[in-house]
Amino acid sequence: MGRIEWAMWANEQALASGLILVTGGVVAVAAQFKGWPFAAYAIAAGVFVCLLEYPRGKRKKGSTMERCGQKYLTAVVKVFGPITRNYYVRAILHAALAVPAGFLLSTILGTACLGIASAIYLLAAIRGEEWNPIEQKPQERPQVGGGTIKQPPAMPPPRPPADTRKKPPAEVAGQENPIPVTIEAE
Amino acid sequence: KMRCWIFSESLSVLVLLIWLGLNLYLFIDTFHWYEEDDAYLYTRVMLGSTLAWARASATCLNFNCMLILLPVSRNLISFIRGTSICCRGALRRQLDKNLTFHKIVAYGIAVNAIIHIVAHLVNIERYHISQSKEAGGLQNKLSGIGKTPNESYLNPIRSYEVNTTTQILTTIAGVTGVIIAVAFILIMTSSTEIIRRSFYEVFWYTHHLFMVFFIGLVIHGMGQLIRGQTPQSLLLHNVTYCKDHYSEWEKATQCPLPLFSGSEPVAWKWIFSPMVVYIGEKIVRFWRFQQEVVITKVVTHSSGVLELHMKKCGFKMEPGQYIFLQCPSVSQLEWHPFTLTSAPEEEFFSVHIRVVGDWTGALFKACGAEENVFKEPWKLPRLAVDGPFGAATTDVFHYRVCVCIAAGIGVTPFASILKSIWFKCCNPNTELTLEKVYFYWTCRDASAFEWFADLLFLLETQMAEKGKTHFLSYHIFLTGWDESQATHIALHDDEKMDVITGLRQKTFYGRPNWDTEFRQIAENHPSNSIGVFFCGPKALSKILQKSCNLYSSADPRGVQFHYNKESF
Repeated sequence: MGRIEWAMWANEQALASGLILVTGGVVAVAAQFKGWPFAAYAIAAGVFVCLLEYPRGKRKKGSTMERCGQKYLTAVVKVFGPITRNYYVRAILHAALAVPAGFLLSTILGTACLGIASAIYLLAAIRGEEWNPIEQKPQERPQVGGGTIKQPPAMPPPRPPADTRKKPPAEVAGQENPIPVTIEAE
Repeated sequence: KMRCWIFSESLSVLVLLIWLGLNLYLFIDTFHWYEEDDAYLYTRVMLGSTLAWARASATCLNFNCMLILLPVSRNLISFIRGTSICCRGALRRQLDKNLTFHKIVAYGIAVNAIIHIVAHLVNIERYHISQSKEAGGLQNKLSGIGKTPNESYLNPIRSYEVNTTTQILTTIAGVTGVIIAVAFILIMTSSTEIIRRSFYEVFWYTHHLFMVFFIGLVIHGMGQLIRGQTPQSLLLHNVTYCKDHYSEWEKATQCPLPLFSGSEPVAWKWIFSPMVVYIGEKIVRFWRFQQEVVITKVVTHSSGVLELHMKKCGFKMEPGQYIFLQCPSVSQLEWHPFTLTSAPEEEFFSVHIRVVGDWTGALFKACGAEENVFKEPWKLPRLAVDGPFGAATTDVFHYRVCVCIAAGIGVTPFASILKSIWFKCCNPNTELTLEKVYFYWTCRDASAFEWFADLLFLLETQMAEKGKTHFLSYHIFLTGWDESQATHIALHDDEKMDVITGLRQKTFYGRPNWDTEFRQIAENHPSNSIGVFFCGPKALSKILQKSCNLYSSADPRGVQFHYNKESF
């Protein structure tokens, strides 16, 4: 468990806010509510927030569960470097994005939620958290003998150390099925 | 047994279908009422069918808000579990799925809330349009009612010029609606799996916004924003005739000006009883909090595990159950769940607490585990215990052969089960059907669970003394290891004891090949029904369930694997 990483919650909250903004916006635009241009803005803002927040940041400790297929968006978000890494930027950005949607009743819920997300991000930023991409590290295995292993191990672990290891007889490596296999017709 | 399993599975599907059916029934019934009732004819003239959509989803919201507290009322569930006589096993299993049900009901609330909010957004817009000149005769006429003091209005938006957003946000219904929606969204976002598992405190504290939610819900209906014609007015004012003759209203005697009133708030009626239950739960917890708990023993295991032995008057437990612990000197508010690791046959009850977070760390310090010196019992912190809760895993004793599979931290409930099996095995007075236990444990880092290896070691020695070495066969699979460890292990390969655990049975490396294991077990017990018990992550659960089905013989007299999943 450890220290609370507020950014994780802020991320969930912001993503939900994005979806709520889009939903509210779609309703208002589709029904042509009075002041629907605000709703059109809300759709754009919501989609942007969703895209920005979809790739989950890497947790400081332990492994982080990735969202389904987030690696493509992670690559995009990573490109912006310090802008997307800094949570102060996100806090201000979300607060600013939320304001125009607050003028329409349909999107006011999205505004409130995104405002809260912004506040949580601010808290995260104050506590020194930042966004880091989750990247699959190539599996590094400490190589003992030098040189790369090209064949799968012939002997399953635990195995004796290299110097005491006996050379396996050649015929053990491959095994043939002693019983003849016949395909039975049904 | 097989029939019992199918029954148990279909029972949970049945419960789900009943819930869905009730939701559908309430929705359709309310929908029809608001679509057809004469009292709402004039409201419908303005709002159309979104009135019915909003009201139908509101009824479903009330229903689901009533249900949502019940599955988390742990004492109520324990009480029902204690009293259920009919078809105990299957019914009890349903009670174990309380949290799943809680989540499903929460999704039900979310879906209905979306319908409700969208419908009301449209309603407000339509109310607003009804005030405009283009809206048409009847709508204008209806919107105009209420301008003079002795008239009752129908349209809550009183003029076309106002800003609907500020207008709605200044009404009780509007402002509470936004508050409860925000509270609900916060609860939802903080209970996603990643937050729940990683930052329990965030999840736990945010969930207490439910009080805001419920209070807001009760007040929300009191706003009475949606209005209909009063029954008295309906008697004097025949809607079917008058709706087409609105220009003659007030002038003609059969069409006096209609009177309108808000519908009676009903949310509190739905929520009242679960609230009483919940307050009852809190009283029980407070009472348990007052009860004295004596810490009889504190053991610090290496790798930061604290073992607490406790005693409490009238505490009765079963293997597989859990308790809630609270330590006032650490936190006045937080209660944390822990699986019991002692057997019911023991005089005390115990938990193993791994130091991973702030709370557990503080408890570790409070128990003086850091100093590693003897601490007088009266210097130990006060602890409060609530529980035990959850179903007992006594099903283990119904099979002759058992396969217990644990992954990582999922090993804790098996501590209690294995101990209990051992006590029953030793006691000559108890008739034990169980003849053979296979125990599999896969973990990344065995050092974190050293205490469990100690327990296995103890059981191994005791069984060897009694000459029952074959009763328990266990297999430990270590999935995280490096080359230096492997070399070390390989050097000591010829020794009798395992180098890591010190156990007689060697630790395996890598993941177990379940196909081989299941085939082997099936060969060893060709005509038994075998109980498979698992505690661990979902992905492995699916694999095991498949293996169980695959290696069960088609012949009913042959080997049968019965899969039981424990969720903790």
